[in-house]
Amino acid sequence: MTTTEATRVETAAHGTSTWTATRLVAEREIRSYLRMKGFWIGLALVVAGIFAMSILPGVVGAGSTSVAVVGQASDALQSESGFDVRTVPDENAARELVRSEEVEAAVVPDNQGVRVIALSEAPMDVIAALTTAPPVDLLEQGDVSSGERQLVIMVFALLFLIFSMGGLAIAQSTVTEKQTRIVEILVAAVPVRSLLAGKLLGHTVLTLGQMLVLAATAPVALRLGGLDELLTALAPALGWFVPFLVAGFVLLGSLWAVAGAMVSRQEDLGSTTGPVTMLVMLPYFLVMFFADNPLVMTVLSYVPFSSGVAMPVRLFTGDAAAWEAPIALLILAATAAAALLVAAKIYSGSLLQTRGKVALSSAWARQD
Amino acid sequence: MRGINRSFGERRVLDDVSFDVRPGRLTGFLGANGAGKTTTMRIILGVLAAHGGEVSWNGQPLTTQRRRRFGYMPEERGLYPKMQVAEQIAWLGELHGLSRQRAKQNTKELLDALGLTERANDKVEQLSLGNQQRAQVAAALVHEPEMLILDEPFSGLDPLAVEVVLGVLRQRAQAGVPVLFSSHQLALVEQLCDDLVIISGGRIAATGGRDELRRRYGPNRFELVVDPDAGWLRDHPGVRVVDIDGPRAVFDLDRQGTDVEQEILRAAINRGAVRAFHPVVPSLDTIFKEVVG
Repeated sequence: MTTTEATRVETAAHGTSTWTATRLVAEREIRSYLRMKGFWIGLALVVAGIFAMSILPGVVGAGSTSVAVVGQASDALQSESGFDVRTVPDENAARELVRSEEVEAAVVPDNQGVRVIALSEAPMDVIAALTTAPPVDLLEQGDVSSGERQLVIMVFALLFLIFSMGGLAIAQSTVTEKQTRIVEILVAAVPVRSLLAGKLLGHTVLTLGQMLVLAATAPVALRLGGLDELLTALAPALGWFVPFLVAGFVLLGSLWAVAGAMVSRQEDLGSTTGPVTMLVMLPYFLVMFFADNPLVMTVLSYVPFSSGVAMPVRLFTGDAAAWEAPIALLILAATAAAALLVAAKIYSGSLLQTRGKVALSSAWARQD
Repeated sequence: MRGINRSFGERRVLDDVSFDVRPGRLTGFLGANGAGKTTTMRIILGVLAAHGGEVSWNGQPLTTQRRRRFGYMPEERGLYPKMQVAEQIAWLGELHGLSRQRAKQNTKELLDALGLTERANDKVEQLSLGNQQRAQVAAALVHEPEMLILDEPFSGLDPLAVEVVLGVLRQRAQAGVPVLFSSHQLALVEQLCDDLVIISGGRIAATGGRDELRRRYGPNRFELVVDPDAGWLRDHPGVRVVDIDGPRAVFDLDRQGTDVEQEILRAAINRGAVRAFHPVVPSLDTIFKEVVG
């Protein structure tokens, strides 16, 4: 053991063993997470959530409004479908049905035409059906309604949030190794780099796997919810979302790993994961709040931590040109690569410090 | 290893540490708490870097590849608590470069030898502490290491388990594997070590074969039992009496002049019956106190 440099050079010369070690570490991470009940419950919840969001609005909306009508007033609603019309003899009978909540509204003849009777709130759909709407010409016909747009933005942001927070598992797994001291055996057996790379690889594969599950189930959910057009509009953005998510995961995963390596006990994890959590949450809120602000969204779609959500959203809404996505992805990937290098150094510097919390500066400066 | 130095900040914890571990021999590594045992072991394994000096293997500088073929049992035990015993040990074997099949085979044999076969599919956290310790030994041995470095391998084991583990270690040593282990249990070290390395305050206080160290550091002590009374020994020149109790005397002699004890024996015979006369082999405890104190 002459110098650390000598050790490094030598390890680099045996690339295959480094790769084998990385693969083994990744395999172990994947296997141990696939065995956890929490992992499957979490995935099931996300899938169930997507189904709920696509199908429920349709199911709830399909419940037709029941309306009681008196005499000629029914003509006004006749042309509109979607109402469950009940003809009653007079206004009193209609009022009685509304009061007993057997119908949601009643339309009765009035001096000026018709009058609408309801219990506590004006029934907007009935009023709209009775009003003559002026014709509307849309100059740019959108494929998606603003409601659907909001939904998609939320789903993108939420998925990114869920998977990025999933990186917390890397921090937990690292601190478990420190706390149980198995890290000494591991460091004696394989290069520290392999440990970090294996963890990142394992959890990236897990994340990708979950994405594939979602990618396979989401179209089914959307089709069941009758949102086929939305699916067509979503497909290109979804295609970009996956590489952005993977690169973003490597970036955040490196930070999670450092957060785990810097403390010695699970209980102390909060002190180092706090800043990383901020980096995960902040883009989520920014995108949610500024979804309608093109300038902020443009900036967010290039900043590495938020680009994973903001760029796919902009692609989806049609605000981003085709050339913008690869550039943002490149910036994100470059940042991820840089973060990985920095993380590897800090990770090796703090991994064997098993007493208390390691200061960033000392972890960076350590030679061994 | 030769001339190893290591400091933590301003504090020098290893100062010019040099010793050899020979193949086929069990080498005991002794020292008080904080003397530098664990640091030394970590440096041999490359877990910690030395600030000077060199660790070599068969005359060549010790390489990372070679180190990966060492077996290590750290002082603070560690295995993944939520992983099954057999799966984990086999995984560690693979991590050290064994094929999957070989790792599984070795795991099976080791668990068998260590009496853990029934627990093979339990999670580590479900094992008793003693069994976790056995699993830890298996983890250090699974990849057929070329050298074994064990930090306190016997602490926390009941006497039966000590025998089991010892049997496995002896078997490795007989196969030619150098074994270095630290221990606080001096009696145990005395019973099973071939060579000793004693470290004190970051410096090597003594190294060598067990019997050689006894000769070198233990007092040249004899016990004499005569028939009437041994009180006359007090006035005999060159004799430092340790204890005299009627016919029984324990005394030290200077090392030079090997025939002093013969002279005393003759004197004793001239005075009457001699029931017993033999050298008193100092315990390791005595040597340790002598060397470290």
